[in-house]
Amino acid sequence: MKEVLFASGRNIPNVDPQLHAWHWPIPVYLFLGGLAAGLLFFASYYTIMGKEKEMPAATKWAPFFVPITLVVGLGALFYDLTNKLFFWRLYTTIRIESPMSWGAWALMIITPLSFLWIASYLKEIFPNWSWKYDFLEKIMDWVTKNRKVMAWILLPMSIILGIYTGILLSAFNARPLWNNSILGPLFLVSGLSTAAALIVWLSKDAHEKHLFTKIDLVLIATELFILTHMFMGFQAGTSVQQEAAFLLNGGEFTVVFWVFVVILGLVFPAILEISELIGYKVPVAVPAMLVIIGGLVFRFVMVEAGQITRYLY
Amino acid sequence: MRYGMAIDTLKCVGCGDCVVACQTENNVPFGYCRDWITETIDGTYPKVELEFRSERCNHCENSPCVRCCPTGASHIVEGGIVVVTADKCIGCSACIESCPYDARYTHPLGHVDKCTFCHHVRDYKQTTACSAVCPTSCIYFGDLDNPKSEVSMVLKNRKFKDLAPEAGTKPQIFYLI
Repeated sequence: MKEVLFASGRNIPNVDPQLHAWHWPIPVYLFLGGLAAGLLFFASYYTIMGKEKEMPAATKWAPFFVPITLVVGLGALFYDLTNKLFFWRLYTTIRIESPMSWGAWALMIITPLSFLWIASYLKEIFPNWSWKYDFLEKIMDWVTKNRKVMAWILLPMSIILGIYTGILLSAFNARPLWNNSILGPLFLVSGLSTAAALIVWLSKDAHEKHLFTKIDLVLIATELFILTHMFMGFQAGTSVQQEAAFLLNGGEFTVVFWVFVVILGLVFPAILEISELIGYKVPVAVPAMLVIIGGLVFRFVMVEAGQITRYLY
Repeated sequence: MRYGMAIDTLKCVGCGDCVVACQTENNVPFGYCRDWITETIDGTYPKVELEFRSERCNHCENSPCVRCCPTGASHIVEGGIVVVTADKCIGCSACIESCPYDARYTHPLGHVDKCTFCHHVRDYKQTTACSAVCPTSCIYFGDLDNPKSEVSMVLKNRKFKDLAPEAGTKPQIFYLI
């Protein structure tokens, strides 16, 4: 028997008896950030390929969600800070070693660009709108002309944003569940998959719908593959990592992880998408919604479970 | 210069004097602490081992809290002491999540707070509040780089362990066993 107890002194809210410093805003933000990264990735990729006309949902309509998700996500992040009035300190330094610093600067570039991206389509969507001021008109023309330049900036930035949401967690060597190098790619793929699902949902074009259903299928398969790898790594890892994996494979998060993330969030939508590609009639919103909710639940599970895993006590 | 601590688990009785001294010296808000006592009971009767440890921030050489801090509020000052600048801290809690020893907490004012090895008295005192008050003198504080310092001598002559070395942080607090 081994018993460890605090004889004196430890009574720290949010740390004892179980570390819980990060609450719901973090998983919500990680989800929204990943979704925004995915949407921007597809939008900029197909713009660079010159397929704006063929992919209207991916390049024109879906990016309208990006500023909303980013603003809500950043609002959640800000809400989670305990020393809110000092948030600007993020922008007084660049810290190469800190993923959070990378993310803060990436968002500093991505958020304004996502607004400009929308602005570049406003004239096309509302051709008869009078912009009243001359300079507004000029800005609109300028961003419309430079959309490809924005796409070239957004393509790498969206990948950085998508990976950073995972690396943010995997940089913490104190939490064995997070501390694995595959979490970055896993979160990136999951974000791309939720974005592809949203595009399928939004798309009115049969060809585009078909293509993004295929993309989503590949991404779901990749995600399952990476998840398997993650668990293989845990099983081959140290005792703390095996304990961490046990939280998802037999511990308290088993049901929510396997039912809501793996089965309802990945496998079942994949089956629906395959049957749709074969020719069965499937309401397109169902697999899309399942993938999106699965992505959100996945972030919640990872953030909540990760905070329980530890080396001591 | 490399400040560190050796804590004698054979002498420690777990009285908690170090905890109270720290709270008083550093104005730690009520209900919080920068150091604490851990009691480990190992084995079954009649073969039972009891160990008391006075624990705090390990001022790690490879400190994950400093690495992940996005603003540089957590930083290392002379002697390898990890400290937090309150008005640079945004309260993102990344350092709390990154610490294998759970040595940090959020101060009611919003910033993160932790043990400083009583850095503020270093100019005129080569000691800390916890080691100064310890009734069994089980906390040795000093320069690990100086082979003649008390802490170096005691580490040379005694068996010791550090906590969670597998986390790879290179802690600077050693427990004499």
